[in-house]
Amino acid sequence: MIQSPEQIEWITDSTRWLVLWPELCLVLLALAVLVMDLTLPASRKHWITGIAMAVQAALLALLFLPGFGVSEPHAYFGGMIEISPQGQIFRGFFLLCGLLTAYLADRYTRSRGLPRVEFLHLLLLATVGLMLLSQSSHFVMLFVALELVTVTFYVLIGYHRRSSASLEAGLKYLVLGGLSSALLLFGIVLLYGAAGLPGLFASTGDPLQFTDLSLFIRAHPDHPLVVAGALLVLSGVAFKIGAFPFQIWIPDVYQGAPIPTTAFLAVASKAGGIIVLLILVQTPFAGLEAWLRPLLMTVAALTILFGNITALVQRNVKRIMGLSGISHAGFLLMGVCASFGPGSVSWAANAVLFYLLVYLLASYALFLVMNILAPAEDSLQTLDDYANLGRERPFLGAALAVALGSLAGIPPLAGFIGKLLIFIAAYQAGMFALLTVAIIGVVVSIFYYFGWILAAFVRRTPLTLDGESSPVPGWPRETGAERTGLGILTALTIILGFYQGFLWFLL
Amino acid sequence: MTGSFPFSMLAALVPYTGADAFSGALLMLAIFTPLVLGLLLLFLRPADSVVRSLAGIGFSVPLIGSILLALGFPADAGNAYAYYLDVPTGLGLYGISLKLGLNGVALPLFLLAGIVGGAAGYFAIYRSNERAKDFLTLLLIMQGGIMGVFASVDVFFFYFFHEIALIPTFIMIAIWGGVSRRGAALEMAIYLTLGAMLSLVGLIALYVESGLNSFDLISLKGYLSDTSLSTLVENNIFALLMFGFGILVSLFPFHSWAPKAYTAAPASVSMLHAGVLKKFGLYGLIQIALPLLPNGLAHWSSLLAWLALGNVVLIGMVTVAQRDLKQLIAYSSVMHMGYAFLGVVSFSAIGVGGAILMMVAHGLSVALLFLLGAAVYDRAGTYDMEAMGGMARKTPALAVLFIGAMLASIGLPGFANFWGEFAIFIAVWTYSPWMAAAAALGIILSAVYGLRAVARIFTGGESKAIQERSAEAPFADLSLGERTPALLLMTALLLVGFFPGSISRPIDEAVEAEFVTRGLADGSVQDSSSSSDYLFVEDSE
Repeated sequence: MIQSPEQIEWITDSTRWLVLWPELCLVLLALAVLVMDLTLPASRKHWITGIAMAVQAALLALLFLPGFGVSEPHAYFGGMIEISPQGQIFRGFFLLCGLLTAYLADRYTRSRGLPRVEFLHLLLLATVGLMLLSQSSHFVMLFVALELVTVTFYVLIGYHRRSSASLEAGLKYLVLGGLSSALLLFGIVLLYGAAGLPGLFASTGDPLQFTDLSLFIRAHPDHPLVVAGALLVLSGVAFKIGAFPFQIWIPDVYQGAPIPTTAFLAVASKAGGIIVLLILVQTPFAGLEAWLRPLLMTVAALTILFGNITALVQRNVKRIMGLSGISHAGFLLMGVCASFGPGSVSWAANAVLFYLLVYLLASYALFLVMNILAPAEDSLQTLDDYANLGRERPFLGAALAVALGSLAGIPPLAGFIGKLLIFIAAYQAGMFALLTVAIIGVVVSIFYYFGWILAAFVRRTPLTLDGESSPVPGWPRETGAERTGLGILTALTIILGFYQGFLWFLL
Repeated sequence: MTGSFPFSMLAALVPYTGADAFSGALLMLAIFTPLVLGLLLLFLRPADSVVRSLAGIGFSVPLIGSILLALGFPADAGNAYAYYLDVPTGLGLYGISLKLGLNGVALPLFLLAGIVGGAAGYFAIYRSNERAKDFLTLLLIMQGGIMGVFASVDVFFFYFFHEIALIPTFIMIAIWGGVSRRGAALEMAIYLTLGAMLSLVGLIALYVESGLNSFDLISLKGYLSDTSLSTLVENNIFALLMFGFGILVSLFPFHSWAPKAYTAAPASVSMLHAGVLKKFGLYGLIQIALPLLPNGLAHWSSLLAWLALGNVVLIGMVTVAQRDLKQLIAYSSVMHMGYAFLGVVSFSAIGVGGAILMMVAHGLSVALLFLLGAAVYDRAGTYDMEAMGGMARKTPALAVLFIGAMLASIGLPGFANFWGEFAIFIAVWTYSPWMAAAAALGIILSAVYGLRAVARIFTGGESKAIQERSAEAPFADLSLGERTPALLLMTALLLVGFFPGSISRPIDEAVEAEFVTRGLADGSVQDSSSSSDYLFVEDSE
């Protein structure tokens, strides 16, 4: 709905490609890895992952250099993109996810003879999509970025072509992901239709731009098209987060997907959904808090319960990660609920961020261990595969225990501080029923997290009569780089439990 | 919040001049030496003898430190904190920073933690063989956490240190435990997480409802003595703390984890947990819930009294029925917690003081019993008391110490336990005479099981099992490694038994001052506008 020359001028003025420098660099890198795959001699091809990771690390470092900091939210591209401090942190978060996933993919593809560079290429594009998602302030931008992520995931999940589990997971994600995109798009269209009606008050402006839309929604919070549209949009987002009742795809897809993809799904894709939700409740849907907050609180409670209760009976490690991840989504939703509406807590969004960071550290440490120990058909890895890990490979065992303890929220690990901040925020926002459910969730989760630790550390009484201990599985050695990475993740998980002062966004 | 962690830690020590700088450093050392040594051992692989001597240092520093701090404790402290320190963390904005100090309520338990920790540590250094380094590492971390619990002025760190100590407990039971270790560790983990979570929500509720957004106990006390919460809020928060802490102390219907865990756990872990760490919940009730939420206690006291009686009478009867020595000690420790709860319920300075004294005495005696129980097991090869007998002739020193520990646990005059139970009974009598009578039944029960255990193990003819075993290898009496920790605990029991004032004076002063501050001196609940003055707190803002 571009009407006046001033608007056109504003759009041209605000189109500054350079503000998207990290995304542009990543796209160039994604192309460069393909070129390198063609041009480098076969003996040098193993450099590609290293180069890609180095570039990602450099971008990550640049992003948080003092000179590149963002202090005020600022709109670009005619209101399509908004660069904000919060978006900046999420940019870094997704870059870190991409970096760690590339690291996981190196061993995974190498040991299974899968093409390496294509995975990297798709991964970089998905990272770009997520980074754009965290800064979008327009439904068209949001949808395009989200589709970039979803489409690359279709391929990444079915990447292990010789594994039927991987293909099955890819197909399931394709069908359900398509459905969720359709819901999201339909919701956007309804909102567009409502906000674009010229007869209604406050219908001027761009009906898909978040700020303009928020004015309209504030004026007509009860309009049936607005309610239906917002519900459909939220359904599409809930699919990404894995929130009840859109969590149904998670166990199967997580189990079948290659480990690096599972990690990226579990952390980055979930965080992507959360940042979209944060943006939506902060700007366009702020006027809907009267029914949105109770709805989200109910969803959070059901998500926590569903994730924890279904995870209780699992023995497959990737399913445990998936289902426990659902419960973490519930805790994150709890933080989101506390961040808007009446009695909201000003720092609740920061608590969500901290929780996500802690979840990233612990999850990637777990996936690293899982990746090293995985059999060729990694979808079948169960708790039994961890027997005697603590005795045979104490370093991996210790890293596993720290990561699981942090996910369970046990002090003095970082996960506890994450949960504590969310709980304080929830209490301050007066969400007592939800807090009760969360407590039940934490207690239930001890069972399976602790069960995993026991599986790795406690010698089972041998079942054979002659007292022979079961043969030690031929676990491959971890490389020095993997030890370093695992050491850093574990150390950060411990340090963040004691001292959080260097996380500027908390203060 | 500026400055990184280690530097600010040093900076926090600097304002202390003269003797105070020394005691501040001593307090920090008593907490952080075991923690740092534990972390060090986690990453290094020194020779076995080096491990054992490092662990020896790690357990000696808290022992000596706590004794020195107790000796130097100011006589006129009231309920103020001595040795106060404030170390910033990254969460200053959220009202969380590491505040350490000891008041009259905390000091006896801090001392208890140092002594029992020393005894358990020396015993573990002597006894542990299988993966000794890992075991001692975890035990050191547990000891550091325990020392931190009782020195924390900040409620957040009070909780935090408790969990630091609790995690190694689960792991040690799961790895080095006895027959049913898996189930016991898992049940304990789930139960205690539930308790910890309930009390955490209670503490968060205090943090938010007070409107202070601070976990600092001193400011919470100061604030809540002027302004009271609404009755409903106070009652609800107290219920959260009561059930949360109650689960952690094995209050009657929530006790089932404790006997299983203590039976499965290695002796030194049982000593430290049953002896000291379990007191966390009661200590929390006395140090936090009682002064901050007196109306809540008044509201819930009759229920709490019934549950505590359940501990004393019902669990007492269960204890009588045990034939496994370790289970008997485990159940008796659950039973004795009932007395301490009764002391709190009685709502009087003497009852609360008695409860603290009782906690100290029970901690010493139950730790001694677990230690000697392990010594009996090492000789008889079983915990089944039916299969023992006549061991007094072969191991006289063990027999004497065991009988002493049992008598202390029953509450015989001359031992510390007597004074605790005595004070509690006086207080309970004024609260409700028939309840005191019912609780007195517990004394008879503990005499029955205690003396029967002594009789079965040490007197009579030698059982067949004992004869066979002593034919294989002759029974030795207590070795130096067993004798040192046992004598340490026994000495403490007798010292407090003969000079109860040494411990009870700071307790009395602190509790009296607390009651006066809150206007509870006559046992009634009323609002008071008098504010306390904290003599030793220099920067309590």
